[in-house]
Amino acid sequence: MRPPLEAVVAVTGMNATDNPAPGVAVCRSLRAVPEFRGKLVGLGYDALDPGFYAQGLLDAGAILPYPKAGRLAMLDRLRALRSELGIEVLLPTLDSELRAVAASERELAELGIACFVPRLDALAAATKARLPELAGRGGFRTPDSEAVGHAEAVRTLVDRLGLPLVVKGVFYGATIVHSEADAVLAFHQFAASWGLPVIVQRYVAGEEYNVAALGDGEGALVGAVAMRKMALTDKGKGWSGVTVDGPDLLRTTSSLVQALGWRGGLEVEFLRERATGELYVLEVNPRFPAWVYLATGAGQNLPWAYVMLACGEPVPELPPYRVGTQFVRISLDQVQDLATYGALSASGRFDSVGVRRAS
Amino acid sequence: MSSDSSRLRQLAVSESGFVFDPLTGHTFTVNAAGLAVLAGLKAGLDVDAIAVGLGASFEVEGGEDVRRDVDDFVLRLREHGLVK
Repeated sequence: MRPPLEAVVAVTGMNATDNPAPGVAVCRSLRAVPEFRGKLVGLGYDALDPGFYAQGLLDAGAILPYPKAGRLAMLDRLRALRSELGIEVLLPTLDSELRAVAASERELAELGIACFVPRLDALAAATKARLPELAGRGGFRTPDSEAVGHAEAVRTLVDRLGLPLVVKGVFYGATIVHSEADAVLAFHQFAASWGLPVIVQRYVAGEEYNVAALGDGEGALVGAVAMRKMALTDKGKGWSGVTVDGPDLLRTTSSLVQALGWRGGLEVEFLRERATGELYVLEVNPRFPAWVYLATGAGQNLPWAYVMLACGEPVPELPPYRVGTQFVRISLDQVQDLATYGALSASGRFDSVGVRRAS
Repeated sequence: MSSDSSRLRQLAVSESGFVFDPLTGHTFTVNAAGLAVLAGLKAGLDVDAIAVGLGASFEVEGGEDVRRDVDDFVLRLREHGLVK
């Protein structure tokens, strides 16, 4: 494998709507490394994923089979892309991909594709359903919650935890419910969308904070940046945010990374209870967040550190980040001819600079 | 009355009155009088001294009114957890 500065890096998650995947932010972070002379390949699930069309961002792009097609379909596609585009590093950014990539790390390595993702046991331990157990190991608080498999259990939890409650899908989504009927309805909606279990959690009133981080796989943090969202979309996604000085946020993230021996990127979602100031961990997301470019702008390029680690290069602990660094997202129209869309639609990939030939 | 100003000293305050709390990420705006009160509290002055200084700086008559306004301002700071 070539050194990281010359590597062909494939990044998934090119969807960038008002609920964006992290891929574009990750690629912007890699582009922010002045010495990077490698190539960036965007991977997505739809020819119209907006990241494919971000000017100056990608050298090539390709469509992946949806995760529900299974691990072997993903591997087949990556094998082909290894041959066609010469990809050497894979940086997955979607929760739904992580399990398959983690389970395939050895096979990917045999293909010549390096990644730096969590071990399967760590991934399982960080799921929403097992967060209370992890809280015990990591020494942090999480709101009372239970993973349930049938609607009757939701009714029992309404009695036990009181209203309002937070109902969450096993992979994505959360809604606050104020009645038993709404709780049962939300259970059925999340079960239909994402399967079982559905997580029912005590509602805690307070302010949310998020930490983007990178674990070295041996229990240490390579870097971590704390942020408070300043504006949300109607889906509750951050549209603006600012880095904050959160010693307890970083301490808790560090304990969690240590407890899991976390390897790779992650996002920890926190809530500080308004009434008591107590800090709760709401979720652990097993990949970089969509706002990770804020961390880069604040002085910690976590995606680049990922690439270094994937290539087997040592990465010293990143320097402190600048508190008070803000991001504000923007929607804009990207205008071009049909060449990229045509190539993605017809052959499932585009290669605007001849990545393979240039490699 | 003096206030614990340790949290106040952590605030980033611009000359234009934009205030950023680095621990919570909250932002505020204050006017020139607010800036003067913040500066006084950060310097460890008590409310009486701040009110006197404010009255003199802004050429305001009626010390009781100024004192009450400073008390109100400190109350707002307390609500935001910036003074104890």
